[in-house]
Amino acid sequence: MSKIIPEFIVKKNEDKCINCKVCVRQCSEEVYKYFEDFDLIRIYDDKCVGCHRCDLMCPTDALTITKNNSQYKENSHWDNYTIKSIKKQAETGGMILTGSGNDKPYTSYWDRILLDASQVTNPAIDPIREPMELRTYLGKKSDKLSIKEENGEIFLETELSPQLKIETPIMFSAMSYGSISLNTCESLASAASKLGTFYNTGEGGLHKKLYKYGKNTIGQVASGRFGVHTDYLNACAAIEIKIGQGAKPGIGGHLPGEKVTVEISQTRMMPPGTDAISPAPHHDIYSIEDLKQLIALIKEATDYEKPVLVKIAAVHNSAAIASGIARAGADVIVIDGFRGGTGAAPSVIRDNTGIPIEVALAVIDQRLRDESIRNDVSIVAAGGIRSSADAVKAIALGADAVYIGTAALVAMGCTLCQKCYKGKCNWGLTTQDPVLTRRLNPAIGSQNLVNLVNSWSLEIKEIIGSMGINAIEALRGNRYRLRGIGLSDVESDILGIEHAGM
Amino acid sequence: MILNCKDLTHREINKIIRNAIENGEKELVMNNINGQGYLFAGIKSDIRAIINGVPGNDLGGMMDGPNIFVNANIQDCVGNTMNGGKIVIHGDAGDILGYAMRGGRIFVKGKVGYRCGIHMKAFEDKIPVIVIGEDAGDFLGEYMASGIIVVLCKNKSKFDSDYIGVGMHGGAIYLRGEVDERNLGKGVEILPLDEWDVNFLTEVLKEYSSDMNTNEKYDISSFIKLSPLNSRPFQNLYSY
Repeated sequence: MSKIIPEFIVKKNEDKCINCKVCVRQCSEEVYKYFEDFDLIRIYDDKCVGCHRCDLMCPTDALTITKNNSQYKENSHWDNYTIKSIKKQAETGGMILTGSGNDKPYTSYWDRILLDASQVTNPAIDPIREPMELRTYLGKKSDKLSIKEENGEIFLETELSPQLKIETPIMFSAMSYGSISLNTCESLASAASKLGTFYNTGEGGLHKKLYKYGKNTIGQVASGRFGVHTDYLNACAAIEIKIGQGAKPGIGGHLPGEKVTVEISQTRMMPPGTDAISPAPHHDIYSIEDLKQLIALIKEATDYEKPVLVKIAAVHNSAAIASGIARAGADVIVIDGFRGGTGAAPSVIRDNTGIPIEVALAVIDQRLRDESIRNDVSIVAAGGIRSSADAVKAIALGADAVYIGTAALVAMGCTLCQKCYKGKCNWGLTTQDPVLTRRLNPAIGSQNLVNLVNSWSLEIKEIIGSMGINAIEALRGNRYRLRGIGLSDVESDILGIEHAGM
Repeated sequence: MILNCKDLTHREINKIIRNAIENGEKELVMNNINGQGYLFAGIKSDIRAIINGVPGNDLGGMMDGPNIFVNANIQDCVGNTMNGGKIVIHGDAGDILGYAMRGGRIFVKGKVGYRCGIHMKAFEDKIPVIVIGEDAGDFLGEYMASGIIVVLCKNKSKFDSDYIGVGMHGGAIYLRGEVDERNLGKGVEILPLDEWDVNFLTEVLKEYSSDMNTNEKYDISSFIKLSPLNSRPFQNLYSY
């Protein structure tokens, strides 16, 4: 490929450098090359992806990675990314791939929503001295309970739907073994079990080593049906049918054959070295009625013991689709907003398709309420949840819980260089290279995740306490505790929240 | 065990099946089946079952092991994501037969509908096989990753459904008769049979005839084989 202007400049401070070559060994992108004959480390700036592995590992802090200010002439219409993409495509004829979530400067409604707090008339609650309830149950709730008395004994007549009990309304979203390493999967699984929440296998099946975490596992069934068999269905606590993903609505998945190692092939139950292709739609689902059929099949195959989740990407008519999903018998609807992450997606799709989760969530919750079917399903919001504040706002907009993916990866070391699709992740997360995967110790990864979720849980308690609420369920769909800032009338209307000052 | 399924729901029938398996039952005869779906869903057992009547959608979905003989036509989604076992249909079948099936065999006496054998796979010693007596609709073997589909094209000299093997990247489709190139999906090639193919077809058609209760023999030389040119059709779509 002809030369492109490097995105980053790598500077080595020769006064500090002790020539230990840690940078050479750490960088899988081969930015550093050591020439023994000259005892010299040469730096190739153009290969740098900006992941900061080298400078953070450098024992003498001799390295600095900076943005390359020498770019094409500034142009607010033809920005550098656009020019570089055109040049790349002119040479290769292929679609530009990208990883992680949409990074374009679209409006973030989370940043335009403010939370309410109690003053004088209703006292705030101090979570340190009063019990606060974050426990949440996901699943269909019965409209009424019928009780029967027989021979002096009392029986519950209503058949209750299976529920997922989570100790905090935060779960780890779907990331498959294949897109992430086994150590990363294990970190998520063990953290979920310590936290009393769930992680999600994604479409990669369930590795033998992870069966022991089954009680905290949501198993995914996607269009490729990889690794889906009876033991898998029985091992997982719930099954999620993946229809779409926020980062790539309407797009299937494709794990290139190079990444399908023997171990991955066994987990996905396919021949090693062949492409793992997930078609864009499930070819047995072309309608809500067909979806209903797959939900019924899964329930039948698991003897009605497990909740079935259906995950869709947030798109223009999500509300109507969600209504259909609720009526098709799903226990939980997962909505993935356009900021949601991915291991690999064409950048044109990731950057231009879908709608914000805040908007989708608000309209779906409202639609289900209007149709009096909101209690038939739980709602899980996903796609770019960055903090406990985002999670609280999501719950007040109508979610029962949130999924976090990117935030979980960041907790394990990710620096959002967005090159997951290359399979060379220097932090050992989105790679299968044994040299790189060793960089994440599952015990440490798991502890970092536990710490992250525990801190968010503390913050959520603090926030709801400040509102005078002592149980998270009292905040669910409670949009009165939200106010908009800088929103137009249309935006306030869609989000169902008043403007600040009202 | 003989089971009268009249007025029973699919849920009730599956419960009876699960209990029967637990009690060590080896053979079931299920009479008066009439549209109940999801039968044998997710069941892992080597039980043998004879179904009299037309079962509903998703017969044998995600099952692993049972041998099911259906003495009637059958609806859609037979053997959805099936892992092992056998389904023999003495009649026609609906759409999406054998979706993502990973192991086991499905034999159909008559025709099947659209989208048969989509995304069939294989795993270790498992090779899923579908044999169809008469004809199959469009999109046969779409996205096929592995496995085998055989169409005997009875009452037909030319296989004329469209989009055969679109997106196929593994496995093989054997047709008894001719096919026009324009009916094939992009990247699917017509190949002559090799020794493995001949042996395989001989073995599987013997089993098929026996399950169909006929002595019919097939001239293996009249078959053609369709396979993908490239096992990596998505390789050159992206620039990094």
